[in-house]
Amino acid sequence: MKPAEFYMRDRTLHPPSYHPGYKTSVPRSPKQALLTVQQSLSEITGPAFGHNDMGPLDHDLIKNFDHGGDPVGERIILHGRVLDENARPVPKTLVEIWQANASGRYRHKKDVYLGALDPNFGGCGRTITDDQGYYFFRTIKPGPYPWLNYVNSWRPAHIHVSVFGTSFSQRLITQLYFEGDPLIPKCPIVQTIPDPQAVEQLTAVLDMNTAIPMDCLAYKFDIVLRGRRSTLFENRLEGN
Amino acid sequence: MAHNKTQPLNYLRESASQTAGPYVHIGLAPGAAGFEIYERELGTDIAGPNAPGERVRIEGVVYDGLGASVKDVLIEVWQADAAGIYPHPEDPRHADVAPGFRGWGRVISDFDSGVWTLDTIKPGPCPGRMGRVQAPHLSLWIVSRGINIGLNTRLYFPEDTALHAADPILGSIEQRGRVKTLIATKIAAGQYRFDISLQGDDETVFMDI
Repeated sequence: MKPAEFYMRDRTLHPPSYHPGYKTSVPRSPKQALLTVQQSLSEITGPAFGHNDMGPLDHDLIKNFDHGGDPVGERIILHGRVLDENARPVPKTLVEIWQANASGRYRHKKDVYLGALDPNFGGCGRTITDDQGYYFFRTIKPGPYPWLNYVNSWRPAHIHVSVFGTSFSQRLITQLYFEGDPLIPKCPIVQTIPDPQAVEQLTAVLDMNTAIPMDCLAYKFDIVLRGRRSTLFENRLEGN
Repeated sequence: MAHNKTQPLNYLRESASQTAGPYVHIGLAPGAAGFEIYERELGTDIAGPNAPGERVRIEGVVYDGLGASVKDVLIEVWQADAAGIYPHPEDPRHADVAPGFRGWGRVISDFDSGVWTLDTIKPGPCPGRMGRVQAPHLSLWIVSRGINIGLNTRLYFPEDTALHAADPILGSIEQRGRVKTLIATKIAAGQYRFDISLQGDDETVFMDI
């Protein structure tokens, strides 16, 4: 099969670089038009990761920072699939997450929020999708978190999600929100997304079938990366 | 607008991007956030110790539109080896990629100075579309607080002037004065400087790839 490009990124569903409601984007947003690049080998290739890169507890945020016990908070399984726009699974791709603890505090030297650190919670995890593009983590549902955008801005409970796919052009960082959180529509960062359906797609849904009785609840979160053209016709990506 | 009903296309839509935020280090570089959790952090071995090629160190600062350094930026790098081969099955020559070469790295800026530093090897020229040759380059992806969707750009090396003249990407930049924003400065043997401007008169050329 000849190499083929990935579908054009639909910029109408992504946040624009400049969104004044999210104040930090004002000085950090390019003002010039992006240069349109026809994909080459540099864009359709990308890094690969394997289980040798992972430790045995990397996907278990309840146990991977164990300092003598479990963290406090709502125990959850977070699971789903990484798919492309053709609805095909993306197998063996790296998924990394990071988050605040149950009181909304991040384990980061720059976070000074008065919410308490949890001695047993680090707040990061990573895993590799299986052959069907499936992944799962075990973690604690994070708490909401105040930040100085406006005087009284609060982030909804959220988990940061980083995904690779098979090419550098699919690279994506996003955030996962939780079904029913009243802070979602109030959040200036959520509001950078111009498309309400795209916000719904970032909202994980309670999944009682995956919840473990007397142990933890579960949320399902599928992630969609850019899809790829089929090579019905020679498209001379490499030429000759 | 009214139109006739059709079959649905049934494509999924890409998940929307959201900013990496100020605490991106927790997930992607926890040592920098201030704690040890992973046996091995990813992105620190872009070229490996055994790959042939010229060892280079690249440093730089990302500046915002007011000229302040961005001290919480994270940059990922993807590149070919010294022979211009990508370690990926879509590269027809990938079986010949240099031993131990991963091609992917991840750096963060220093919290105080904003300087980031990348140690790698200089890539070789690699195939472009339509039989053209791409000058040696690193593909960069930049995320931070305040960046709503990761920014793609490229870094080229200043000594490759003849290859730059033939490079399809550099050649596609209409405002010729902006080409220089993609070309690093050599500061010593094997050492380069590459500053990135998110906004302003010297705004770096960012790409929709």
